[in-house]
Amino acid sequence: MSKYDQLIKDLGPRKFSLKGKLWVALLLAVIVAGIIAYVDQLIEGQVVTNMRDYVLWGVYISNFVFFVATSFVAAVVVAALRLTKNEWRRPFVRMAQIVALACIIMAGITIIIDMARPDRMMNLFIHARLQSPITWDVIIIPTFIVVSLLLLYFPLLGDLAILRDHYSETNKKLSKIYGFFAMKWRWSEQQIKLQGKSIRLLVLMIIPLGLILESIDAYLFSTTYRVGWNSTNFGPYFISGAMVSGLGALITVVYIVRKNKQLQNYITEYHFDKIGKLFNLTCLIYVYFNINEYLVPLFTAKKGESEHLETLLRGEFAIPFWIVTLAGLVFPAILLMFQRFRKPRPLYLIAIVVVLGAWWKRYLIVTPTLLHPYLPIQGVPENWHHYFPSVHEWLITGATLAMALLIITLLIRYVPVISIDRLAEEEAERLTSEKKAAA
Amino acid sequence: MDENTKDTRRKFLNNGWKLGLASIVGGAALTHLKEGFAFETKGPAGEKMELMDVDGNIIEVDPIDMEEVDLEQVTHNVRRGIPGRKFTMVVDLAKCQNALACQRSCNKHHFVTGDNAWLKVYKMQETEDTSPYWMPTLCMHCDQPACVTVCPVDATFKREDGLVLIDNDRCVGCRFCMAACPYSTRVFNWNEPKQEFEMNMDMVEEMHSPEHAGMPSIKGTVDKCDFCPHQAEKGELPHCVTACPNGVFYFGDKNEDVVTNGNETVRLSKLLEENAGYRLFEDLGTEPSVYYLPPKDRLPFEEGLENYNEFQSVEKPDVP
Ligand code: SF4
Ligand code: SF4
Ligand code: SF4
Repeated sequence: MSKYDQLIKDLGPRKFSLKGKLWVALLLAVIVAGIIAYVDQLIEGQVVTNMRDYVLWGVYISNFVFFVATSFVAAVVVAALRLTKNEWRRPFVRMAQIVALACIIMAGITIIIDMARPDRMMNLFIHARLQSPITWDVIIIPTFIVVSLLLLYFPLLGDLAILRDHYSETNKKLSKIYGFFAMKWRWSEQQIKLQGKSIRLLVLMIIPLGLILESIDAYLFSTTYRVGWNSTNFGPYFISGAMVSGLGALITVVYIVRKNKQLQNYITEYHFDKIGKLFNLTCLIYVYFNINEYLVPLFTAKKGESEHLETLLRGEFAIPFWIVTLAGLVFPAILLMFQRFRKPRPLYLIAIVVVLGAWWKRYLIVTPTLLHPYLPIQGVPENWHHYFPSVHEWLITGATLAMALLIITLLIRYVPVISIDRLAEEEAERLTSEKKAAA
Repeated sequence: MDENTKDTRRKFLNNGWKLGLASIVGGAALTHLKEGFAFETKGPAGEKMELMDVDGNIIEVDPIDMEEVDLEQVTHNVRRGIPGRKFTMVVDLAKCQNALACQRSCNKHHFVTGDNAWLKVYKMQETEDTSPYWMPTLCMHCDQPACVTVCPVDATFKREDGLVLIDNDRCVGCRFCMAACPYSTRVFNWNEPKQEFEMNMDMVEEMHSPEHAGMPSIKGTVDKCDFCPHQAEKGELPHCVTACPNGVFYFGDKNEDVVTNGNETVRLSKLLEENAGYRLFEDLGTEPSVYYLPPKDRLPFEEGLENYNEFQSVEKPDVP
C-alpha cells in the first residue's frame, strides 16, 4: 500500500499538537460552563434568561437560525460543485460535510435548549400537529442530520479501509476502530457500485432537503403576524443568507486546517480563488435580498413597518445593524471582486468577519421585531422594553458554538479531510493517461 | 420535612394524573351516551361499560347509571366546548375610565402573580392630533386564531363554543403561540409561579382544567385569558365583567344574539349596529370574538391617569 503512504502522512490522523490540546481543553471548559448554566436553567426555569413576554425569543433562537443556515453549506457544495462536476471541489467537499453535520446537530440541540419544557419533548411526536412549522422542523432536522451523516460516511469508506490497512501493524487498536467503520470495505466491484448509487441518491436528496430546511426556518417567522417577519420574501432571503454563512464557515475551517496540517500542496491558491468567486456571488445575491428586505419597504412601509425599519436604520439597533450590513456583507461583497482579496489569507479574514456578521444578523432578525408588537408595550416592568442576553444565555450559547467546533475538530483529527482514496485514484489515472500519451 | 413535601407533591401529581385520565374516559363515554340516547329514553339493558374510577380501578357500570352520576361532574368535553354556545364579548370604550377593577378581579380569580396581567388597559393615542382613550384588551378568542395554528402539540386549541384554551399539561413551552398572537395577550410562566391558594392543594388540583386557567399556573407553560368558562358553567359572568363599575364589558352568546354587562341585557347585533362596533386589527383576518364600541362621548380621559402605571399590571403583595 505504498502509494498511499505520502497521502496518509499528509492527510491521515495526526496527534494533537500542544496548540491543538489547548484548543480542545478550551472548548471543553466552555462546554462545561454552558452545561452548568443549562442545568440551572432547567431548575430555575427560563427566568434565568433575559427573555420575557415581549422578547419571547432571544439569542437561543437566533443561534438556532445561524446553525441551520450554516448547515446549508452541505447542499451548496453539492449543488454548485458536485453536480456541475467542478474539478476544484475536491478539497472542500469533505470539510463542507463535516461543518454541515456539526451545525445541524447543534441546531437540533439548540432548539431543545430554547424549549421551556424539554421533559415533555415526546409530546412533539405524540400530539404532533402538521400545520405547525415546528412540527415540520421536528421532521426535517433529524432527516437532514441522517442524510448529511451518510453523505459524510459513505464516501469515507475507502479512506477508512486504507487507514485500517495502514495501521494493521503499527496500531492495532486504531486499525480495529477504522476497520469497524470501514465495514469490510474491499473495493470490490459490487461495493463500489452500491456506494456510487447510494451517494448519488443522497446527493439528489440533500439539495431539496436543504432548501426545505431553510424555508421552514424562514416560515417559523413569516407565519406570524409580526412586523418585519411577516414577509413573503423570507424564504429566498433565508436561503441566500444561508449560502453566505455556510460558505464563510467553510472557508474559515478550510484555511485553518490547511495551515495547521500544512496542506498547501493540496489546497492551493487556485482553489481559494475559485471558492472566493462563489462566495462573492452568494454575497452579491444576499445584498440584493437585503435591499428587498430593508430598502424597498422604505418607500411604502405602513406605520408599524416603518417604525421597525427606523429602529434598525437609525434607532436603537442602528449601530449593530450598520456594522453587520456594511462590514459583514457589503464590503466583503465588493472586496471579493478583486483577485487580491481571494488569496487564502485575506479570503480567510473576510470569511471570519462575514460569519460573525451572519451570526449577529440572525440576532437582528429576531429581537427588534419582537420589541415592536402591534399594541404598545405597557403594564410590564421597565426592563422588558429591552433585551440583551443574560449571562446564562451567553454561557449556554457559547457552549453550543464550542460543541460545534469540537465536533469539527475531532472529525478533522481522525478523518482524512480530503479523500485519500480519490486522490490516489486520480493520481493513478493521470499516470496511465500519461503513459498512454507517451506510447 | 423535606421528605414530607416531596411526598405530598408526588401524591398530588399522581392523583392529578388519575383524575385527568378518569375525566377523559368519563368525557368520552358521555359523548357516546349522548349520541346513543338522543332518541330513546331507555338504553339497551345488560350492556356494561368499563370505566376507570378516581383510584385507578377498572369498574363496570351500567350506562344508565353512568349518565346520572356523570352529569354532575363533566357536562361537556373540555376540548369540544359547551354545545350550542358561541361566546362573545363587547367592550364599550366610551365607558372606560381605567378603573382597573377588571384587571384586579381577573388577577385575583386566576391567581395571576407574574409581571404581566392577562387583561390590560392600554393608554391609546394614535397621533398627536387625535385624542387619547383607554382600551382594555384580553384574549380575543379569535375564530382564526394564529396561536392555535402554530402550536406544535395542540396544547392551545379552539373549541366549538368559540373559546381558545390552553392545556398546560401538554404545552412544551416553545412560545411560538406568543410570537404568533398579534394582540400580545399571552403570558409565560418564566419561573415557578408564586401563587397562593386559600383552599387546599387537593381542591386546586381537582379543579385543574383548561377551563379555569391559572389553577394552578405551571412553570414553563403559557397562560392567558380563558373567557371564564368556569363562570359560564355556573351561569355567571366573567370576573372582569362583574367587577367593572362602569359596565364596560358585555358578555354573551352570539347564537342567541344577547350580551349583558350585568346591569342591562341587550341584543348584540343592535348594540354593534347602533354604536358602529368594530374588531381590533380586522385586516389581519384573525376574526376576534371580542368587539369594541368606539370611544365616542366618553367619560373624561384624565380621570384614568391616576390609576395608570406604565410598568405594572399585577399588584404585588406588600412585602413587610
Ligand atoms: S387573541 Fe391571540 S391568544 Fe387570543 S385567540 Fe387570538 S391569537 Fe390566540
Ligand atoms: S408555548 Fe405551549 S401553547 Fe404555545 S405554541 Fe408552544 S406548546 Fe403550544
Ligand atoms: S374573561 Fe375571565 S380570564 Fe378573561 S380577562 Fe375577564 S376575568 Fe380575566
